[in-house]
This record gives sequence, C-alpha cells and structure tokens, in this order.
Amino acid sequence: MLTKRIIACLDVDAGRVVKGIRFENLRDAGDPAELAKAHSDSGADEIVLLDISAAHQRRATLLDTVRRTAKQLFIPFTVGGGIRTLEEAAAVFTSGADKISINSAALDDPTLITRIADRFGSQAVVVAIDAKRRERWEAFIHGGRTPTGRDAIEWAREAESHGAGEILLTSMDRDGTASGFDCELTRAVADAVRIPVIASGGAGNAKDFVDVFRDGHADAALAASIFHYGINRVSDLKEQLAAEGVPMRWPC
Amino acid sequence: MIAIVDYGAGNLTSVKKALDFLSQECAITSDPAQVAKAEKIVLPGVGHFASTSALERSGLRDAISAAINKGIPFLGICVGMQWMFAGSAEAPGTPGLGLMAGECERFPQEVKSPHVGWNQLQIAPKSHLLQGLPSSSFVYFTHSYRAPLSDATSASCDYGGRFSAAVERDRVYGVQFHPEKSGETGLALLRNFCSLAC
Repeated sequence: MLTKRIIACLDVDAGRVVKGIRFENLRDAGDPAELAKAHSDSGADEIVLLDISAAHQRRATLLDTVRRTAKQLFIPFTVGGGIRTLEEAAAVFTSGADKISINSAALDDPTLITRIADRFGSQAVVVAIDAKRRERWEAFIHGGRTPTGRDAIEWAREAESHGAGEILLTSMDRDGTASGFDCELTRAVADAVRIPVIASGGAGNAKDFVDVFRDGHADAALAASIFHYGINRVSDLKEQLAAEGVPMRWPC
Repeated sequence: MIAIVDYGAGNLTSVKKALDFLSQECAITSDPAQVAKAEKIVLPGVGHFASTSALERSGLRDAISAAINKGIPFLGICVGMQWMFAGSAEAPGTPGLGLMAGECERFPQEVKSPHVGWNQLQIAPKSHLLQGLPSSSFVYFTHSYRAPLSDATSASCDYGGRFSAAVERDRVYGVQFHPEKSGETGLALLRNFCSLAC
C-alpha cells in the first residue's frame, strides 16, 4: 500500500537552518546538511529545503548549501525559495535537488511550470501555494506578504493543468501556531486535483497528522519546527501514526 | 567503469551521486563508443516515454543492445525500465527494446496518478538484484505509467492492481522505483548491481 509521507522542512537563511514563527524571531537551528541527514536517519520520507535568505545572499549560498546537503542524502530532496527562471531551476537540479518548489514565479507566469516540467519531468515540479482563509481561500505570494486575489483551489487546478507534479499547500492561518493543520483547506485542494497534495502549516502533535491524512485527504504532511532540537523525532511520530493505522514507511 | 547513459531526459545527478557514494568508477555519457566500452550500464529515466526516441537517433540504442548481447550487466531505472518492454501507451509511436513482453499502461482511474511516494515490494526469492533485501522493503516511486507483470518480474507492487516493480532476465535488470532515492534499501540494491561480476 502506498504510504503517507512525512516530510521534514528546513528553512534556511544564509546557509543556516533557522526556526521562527512566521519568519519572525529567527533562531539558529543548525547546519542544513547535518540536519537533513539526521532527519533521514530518523525516518523522514523526504526533505524540503526552503531558502528564505534575502535575494542578494541567496545566489552566493544556495547552490553550495544544496550541494552539501544532497551529497549524503538518498531520499527525495526538494529545494525552493526564490527560483524564478528555468536556468535557476536547472542550476538547483545540477547541484543535487530532485524537485524544485516554485510559488511567486509560477503565479506570475504559469508557463514556467510547463517549461521546467518539459525539461525535468512533472515529478520534479512542486507548486507551493500559501493560502489564507477568506470566504474561501486566497493565494498569497512573496512569502505571504502579497495577496493575489486568486482562489487557492482554482490556482491548484490550473497549476496541475500546466504540468505541476505536486502541490505544497501551506495554511498561512496555521503556520507556526502548532494548532493543527487546516484539514478543510487541505481536503478542498486534495479533492480538486489528481496530483499529490502536501499539507503544511500547523503541525503540533501526532494527532494533527492523523487528522490531516484521514479528514484532510493529504498525501503527505510537512513540518519544520516540531522536528528541530529533537523535541519530536520523526521516528517517534511515525511509530505513533503506524499504531493509529495510518500507512507508514515504518520501520524504514 | 559504469556508464550512466545521458539521452537528454531529466536529471542524472542523483544516480551519479549514489554511485559515487558507493565508491564506483562511473561517468555520465551520451557517447555510444563509451557505452560500448563500459563494464556496466545504467539507463536512468524520468519524464516521458517519448524521450527514449533520442536513444534511437543517437546510436545509443544499438550500443546498448550490443552490450546486452555480450552479457554486460544493464540496469534500467523508471522510464529506463519501461523502455525494456515492447512499448508504452504513453508514446505509441516509440518502440521499446522489447526484451520483456508487454506494453506499459496508465494507472486505472480509481487511483490518483502519478503514483508518488514510498510503497512496499513483494520480492521473488530468485532475484539477484534484490538479494538480501527484506521481502516487504519500502522504495520510492514516481510514475504515471506502469509495466505489466511478466515471467521476468522479480518484484511486484500494488497500486490500483499489481505491476512489475522490478524485472530481471540473465544480466538485464530493471526497476520502476528510484534506488538512488530509496534510502538504505536502494543503496543495498545498487551495491548488488555494482558487485555483479563483469
């Protein structure tokens, strides 16, 4: 049976993993390569690295960070943050990423999804959507600073039609709160597309993951803060989910 | 030297990285002459079955065929494995190598497609490539088309019905999943392939 994926996310600023709530009060949480390897050894099914550096720093550090992180990592590895062109995506792939995640650039020009998918395959293109609750849900860009007026569910469908391989769906309302995933949002998007949906934002405990897989119809769930500092190891989480009857790659 | 065949489809970095990690001498190449000299051949592949038509145009298909006939160990990954079958519904005009009987087909409507993530193998005891792996090992898949079961199937997987997750015949091996992305299990498989006598 196809298992539900647990994805560990590393937010990286100038080559270091940082942790904060909604990008504020950033605290240093370690070296990306070391942390990615530790999460993989602990049972993470996949690693996502999101670069939140300022644009001028990103160019200098991102490719080196990707290379160092990819070297010892033999599970799927996604890299996102500021990728705006096919050439930038190609450089990230060459440095060792298996998938890239794009957000603002895809909304500005959806053909970017198609161009990357044509060259590297749809499986390599993750479209990230930051959604905030209104009457339905609105997609935001630029790290959640800019509203787009676009309906998040409609945008997910359109991204799929342009060749996206997966949707990484973040609830801005829940992000960093540890109050549980937004199952209603996740389910609305997961039921609207045929490609896998990764739920993100709000993970606090094992029950939140059970809920987003059962009620939210998520194919995968992503978390950052709860896995840092070894507070909640991926292995502990997977053991609890497996005991709840959620199909898990466990033991790995 | 292990030749990693580059036919312009997708990203070969991760396969190279895994073989480097296993301290194997390997090179990414699109040169039929270099493929002909290789001790082992790996044909990766992600994306569309139609991209394998580049193998025909470049002379790589003939080089690979000749090497297989000489008994050079060959490993096809993902679309590289599908290419070992007669063809695929994804690209009806593009013939495969036809080493295995049958055509690759789309997943049935009742399951989400593509099939992305970690799924469990059911391994046949006779497999050389999968020797030493626990029978219900998890491996990482990402694909929209699947190869049918055949007498060459060495491991199967269930997603909307069973399909060939791995095939082998003589010294020709194929895996639908990505060993380079399947953690320790995948590295163990690649180690088995690398340690086959040339």
